[in-house]
Amino acid sequence: MQMKEYKPLIVAFCCNWCSYAGADLAGNNRLNYPAEVKIIRVPCSCRVNPMFILRAFQRGADGVIICGCHPGDCHYTSGNYYTRRRMATLFSMLDYLGIEKERTRVEWVSAAEGAKFAATMNDFVKTVASLGENKRLEDLRCKR
Amino acid sequence: MRKIALENIDMLFSAISDKMSLFLPVDQNDGKAAYTKWEEGKKWSCALNTVKSPKDFFFPQTEDMMEFKVDGKNIEVIDTRKASEDFVVFGVRACDVRAFDILDRVFLTDPCDSYYATKREHGIIVSLACTRPSETCFCTAFGIDPSNPKADVSAWKTEKELYMQSNTEKGEKLLKVLADVTDEADEEKVNEQKEQISSIMKRLPLAGLDTSEFGGGKTDEFFHSPAWDELSETCLGCGTCTFVCPTCQCYDIKDFNTGKGIIRYRCWDSCMYSEFTRMAHGNNRNSQKERFRQRFMHKLVYYPENNEGIFGCVGCGRCLSRCPISMNIVKVMKALGGKENE
Amino acid sequence: MQKITTEQLIEKAAELMNEGKVASVLGWEKGEFGYDVTPGIFGSVDELKAKFVYGDFSAANLSKYLVKKTEMVQGQALVFLKTERKILIFLKPCDSYSFNQLLTEHRFDREKVYAVGVQCDGMVDIEKVKKIAGDGLLSVDTSGNDVVVKTLYNGDMKIAKADVLAERCVNCKSKKHVAYDELLGETGEVIDSNRFDEVERIEKMTPDERFAFWQNELSKCIRCNACRDACPACTCEKCVFDNPKSGVENKSPANSFEEKLFHIIRAYHVAGRCTDCGECSRVCPQNIPLHLLNRKFIKDINEFYGDYQAGAEVGSRAPLVDYTVNDVEPGEVFDRGDENA
Repeated sequence: MQMKEYKPLIVAFCCNWCSYAGADLAGNNRLNYPAEVKIIRVPCSCRVNPMFILRAFQRGADGVIICGCHPGDCHYTSGNYYTRRRMATLFSMLDYLGIEKERTRVEWVSAAEGAKFAATMNDFVKTVASLGENKRLEDLRCKR
Repeated sequence: MRKIALENIDMLFSAISDKMSLFLPVDQNDGKAAYTKWEEGKKWSCALNTVKSPKDFFFPQTEDMMEFKVDGKNIEVIDTRKASEDFVVFGVRACDVRAFDILDRVFLTDPCDSYYATKREHGIIVSLACTRPSETCFCTAFGIDPSNPKADVSAWKTEKELYMQSNTEKGEKLLKVLADVTDEADEEKVNEQKEQISSIMKRLPLAGLDTSEFGGGKTDEFFHSPAWDELSETCLGCGTCTFVCPTCQCYDIKDFNTGKGIIRYRCWDSCMYSEFTRMAHGNNRNSQKERFRQRFMHKLVYYPENNEGIFGCVGCGRCLSRCPISMNIVKVMKALGGKENE
Repeated sequence: MQKITTEQLIEKAAELMNEGKVASVLGWEKGEFGYDVTPGIFGSVDELKAKFVYGDFSAANLSKYLVKKTEMVQGQALVFLKTERKILIFLKPCDSYSFNQLLTEHRFDREKVYAVGVQCDGMVDIEKVKKIAGDGLLSVDTSGNDVVVKTLYNGDMKIAKADVLAERCVNCKSKKHVAYDELLGETGEVIDSNRFDEVERIEKMTPDERFAFWQNELSKCIRCNACRDACPACTCEKCVFDNPKSGVENKSPANSFEEKLFHIIRAYHVAGRCTDCGECSRVCPQNIPLHLLNRKFIKDINEFYGDYQAGAEVGSRAPLVDYTVNDVEPGEVFDRGDENA
């Protein structure tokens, strides 16, 4: 049997106003980032309910990253401040339950930071790839 | 009747597990017993009973029924039933043995539930007489003799020995398998123990619980009783009583979308839940009082009405010790007018 | 034993009832065996005298019942409107925090409630008693600092109350009543407890050990929802786990993912609002230490955003619906955690 190279599945929640535009810029500038990153556009990073993250893992994601505007630059003034608190406590809890903390990340990427977006994704994919498949938050039914 | 010294009990367990899977109560890290698959090194629990009842073996909390694979306009239906292998459930108390009879009447009557029936066919139950019933026990109220449990094989644990007596063909077969590790025995010790147990049973606080007021045909008498308001007033509507109950048999059938297909599974449901049997028109029982009443009326009135007077409760006492607000069937029976025999 | 007796509470309730100040009483009702106390609502003095009890097993936190009991649409509320008479609730110190938290969230009508704070000297965990005394408890009583047990098999026993105190009382966070109209007995102080020790112990494990620990605990879950239904902070009219349209409604712990999903979301949803009353762990039929999830959130919030006690005062802003511009970054919290380890 031929061994297939392991490629992690990454879900990236990107805020409509900054990070999604950042991803766009990365594309326009022909900057490479892995195709394993699946972007889900959200109106604001604080739209991301903790349930979204857990469900992404359930459905086969190996890593979840949330990208939003830099603190202070939120299109809705304060959305990303809430994101920051929510994700800090949630990620800390996941770590407490023994789920690898490297699988989750929050990154602030502005619309002008196409290069940062590509670099962040490259780095995150590399980190998650080194961890291997998500086993601790998997739902076996979805892997049948 | 066969016997084996308790110090050699592991020989008995390994003789069984050589042939088939063996499940018995084992103490967990919180000190509570739970049915666990036996393997070398596992110690048989001395606890009176497990928190979860053994109904799980025949009617699991969740069970896949079938799968669907959708490909364009084709839907493939996959039967996920597996051929079941023989297994032994060891150390089931008399109350839980009666509970199997109650479940059988639901699942094995026409239309027969094939998922349940297959497991029932392959399961061999070894019961165990109670030596130290607890204050929450009231099985005698339902005509169950804890000193003389039924099932495929009945067992009695004395100070130094375990006695076994087969009651069915399946049980006889099992004892034959165990003939090498067990010895022939007489009934003297067992009879001694039976007497001892029945004298203890009389001293239990719930020994005088009277069921004669309940039974089939009493729906009108109890349904509109004002006592329900007060009894259900503080019910949280959780499913603890239902899920620890050895006789609760309601289930829901649900579909799980895996992204690649559908898994249809069934899982226990609780009549205490607001979502129970919800249909297009809403819920048949909108208030917690109605849901609460349903559970107890089912055990004490509706079930006996359809099953020759056999009650849907076996007096195992699980709901007495586990209910978050300590509301339970005994309190309900007393409030509804079931008097105590003095 | 409690310093405040059943009789004192009945007397107080009867007095308020006779004065016409309250119409009904939310309290604790005697059970079959002395330890199986049920929350109950009493409508008359006779009923109180016959059934009311306050003792070492009056553990249930009654605050949540106020949500249902003061609802405008219910028949009972109509009585309130007509007569202006209130419902009387007895609050132990930890119950009073839940009371305040519910008020903060506008979950019940304070005008319809008369709250009497009751001194609490710690509640006994019957599971711990049974572990020592064995099965077959014929009676359980408390006198002074002892629990006196009569058993079928092990004779009579005297157990020090300190040995069978409920976990949440061993690590009692406060003896202070934060809400009451009237007080019976004494109110104490906020206690500098060791309630985070166990959380710290788990934090110090390796991720593999932590995972094994929680996997073992959560796999016991039978999804009876008792933790949610007993929780005074869980008062959503329709829980996401009961809503068939939510996509996560599941009546069963079908696999280890669903167990984790339920418990993470349950704890997260009350994060910042949980007063650490410990009801979740008390009611769990499988003895899962659920309070360790809640306390982890409380500990984190204290460390990241400054000390915060939910329910300490009415109207305070919960930390997860608040922010400052200099909050810690999600990626940095682990480093901070390591420093503390």
